[in-house]
Amino acid sequence: MTTSTPAVAGWFTTGDDPRLVASRCTSCGTLAFPPPPPEAASFCRNPACDGDAHEPAELSRVGRVWSYTDAQYQPPPPYVPTTDPFQPFALAAVELPEGLVVLGQVADGYGVADLAVGAEVELVVETLYTDDDGERTIWRWKPVVELGEEADQ
Amino acid sequence: MSKQVAVAGVGMHPWGKWGRPFVEYGVHAARAALADSGIAWSDVDFVVGGETVRNGYAGYVAGSTFASALGWNGARIATSYAACATGAQALDTARARILAGMSEVALVVGADTTPKGFLAPNAGERWTDPDWLRFRLLGMTNPAYFALYARRRMDLYGATSEDFAQVKVKNARHGLENPYARYRKEVAVADVLGSAIVSDPLHLLDICATSDGAAAVVLTSLDYARRHGLADPVRVEAISTVTPTFPNAVIDMPLLATDHAADGAPERTFKESLALAAYEEAGIGPDDVDVAEVYDLSTALELDWIEDLGLCKRGEAEVLLRAGDTTIGGRIPVNPSGGLACFGEAVPAQALAQVCELTWQLRGQATGRQVDGARGRDGHPRVGITANQGLFGHGSSVLLAR
Ligand SMILES: [Zn+2]
Repeated sequence: MTTSTPAVAGWFTTGDDPRLVASRCTSCGTLAFPPPPPEAASFCRNPACDGDAHEPAELSRVGRVWSYTDAQYQPPPPYVPTTDPFQPFALAAVELPEGLVVLGQVADGYGVADLAVGAEVELVVETLYTDDDGERTIWRWKPVVELGEEADQ
Repeated sequence: MSKQVAVAGVGMHPWGKWGRPFVEYGVHAARAALADSGIAWSDVDFVVGGETVRNGYAGYVAGSTFASALGWNGARIATSYAACATGAQALDTARARILAGMSEVALVVGADTTPKGFLAPNAGERWTDPDWLRFRLLGMTNPAYFALYARRRMDLYGATSEDFAQVKVKNARHGLENPYARYRKEVAVADVLGSAIVSDPLHLLDICATSDGAAAVVLTSLDYARRHGLADPVRVEAISTVTPTFPNAVIDMPLLATDHAADGAPERTFKESLALAAYEEAGIGPDDVDVAEVYDLSTALELDWIEDLGLCKRGEAEVLLRAGDTTIGGRIPVNPSGGLACFGEAVPAQALAQVCELTWQLRGQATGRQVDGARGRDGHPRVGITANQGLFGHGSSVLLAR
């Protein structure tokens, strides 16, 4: 049986309603993503705040596309290729209601033709690559409404 | 007190893939700048090198490396690193010492060589390094960031792939007669659109290469220039190297997210603030600008910069492009050197190369690519501006006038 673990710990939750996990400054509430590593100091990015304590804060699951693109060529290491030959994948920068724009790959099966600036997407968790520990997962952005179907709704 | 310094001399080594040590390029450019200024190396009292991070210890101490290669002359030395803004930061360091009255003649040099073969990534796993994580977790390359900005222009302002290709066509034509440019060949729209898509919507020919090259600038106090018969020199009016202001709401390479803009996007983007700081320092405005050299890492990015510099309203750069306004002979020529499209990027030299080009333009010495019919002496441009942005909050804008 294969195990499935996040490719990076503490950045997102899994399950039926996955979320990105930011850090929230306990002094002023400013959010930061990705959250700092547990062992690292975390200085609040707000220049008006000298806070250095923070807590995890789950972000909204649904956001709007700020922009998008794809990788038509295999990125260099440390990217881990999963297919041979390489299969292009799409990328999106997504504006969340909290006021952060977060990059991510686009969900399997979707490309740039399925995206538009301003379109709604939601967070899903999918397999990024498989290593000795099993499947390693990552957050991805999935179009909420198929383009072309919007007019019917 | 005057905040101006004189550009006494400029010099470059041609861009290319020459495979020689960066020091050779740097010394070549330095000697050319000194010869252009008519000032002896022995009279230089401050040397600032632009650091290269690809060439070992000699690159980390570039100021010392160039001074040593030119023969120790007892000058003070410094080395700057600010990613793509390295050259401008080095120039600002030289300017500050001159304006403080602590130096009279400063030589600023930037040079780079790209190792042969692929740039091997550093070994090991670096789970706290955003530049490592963006590849590992997302496969997010540099062209992918440029493509995000390009796509936004298309979806928000109606830019087309043909517009982006026209930027390349224009810059290729500008660079044809530039002896320092690496690529000196006409390019057609069909060539750009027919090249492979790297990251949608950008084609291979929309994206700049990396190159070897060097550029150098000799700065002096206005008083020194006067005493040494440098009549009517090009003057540095402003050098802006400001950081972003929180919250930075535009996603910057190599980061995975923006700052948290709880109250919406701020009034100005980082790139807009770079130019604004230069304008405010010089006390002049975008309407005074006759020519611009901007960092066209991609064709689409040139259009962004035109707006960031205030040369037109947001979303209108394509209008200028299509009207020929940004072509030599147009209202506000952009990248008369041919830009990064013709040079490829040599990181520590590039911001200085922009200053070299504008100096030649303001003097009327840009043979084969001279901007004329402008507001300066003999129809040469009177005011020129540069702009670039690099990793980790670095960027610059330099204003020159004559
Ligand atoms: Zn705070």
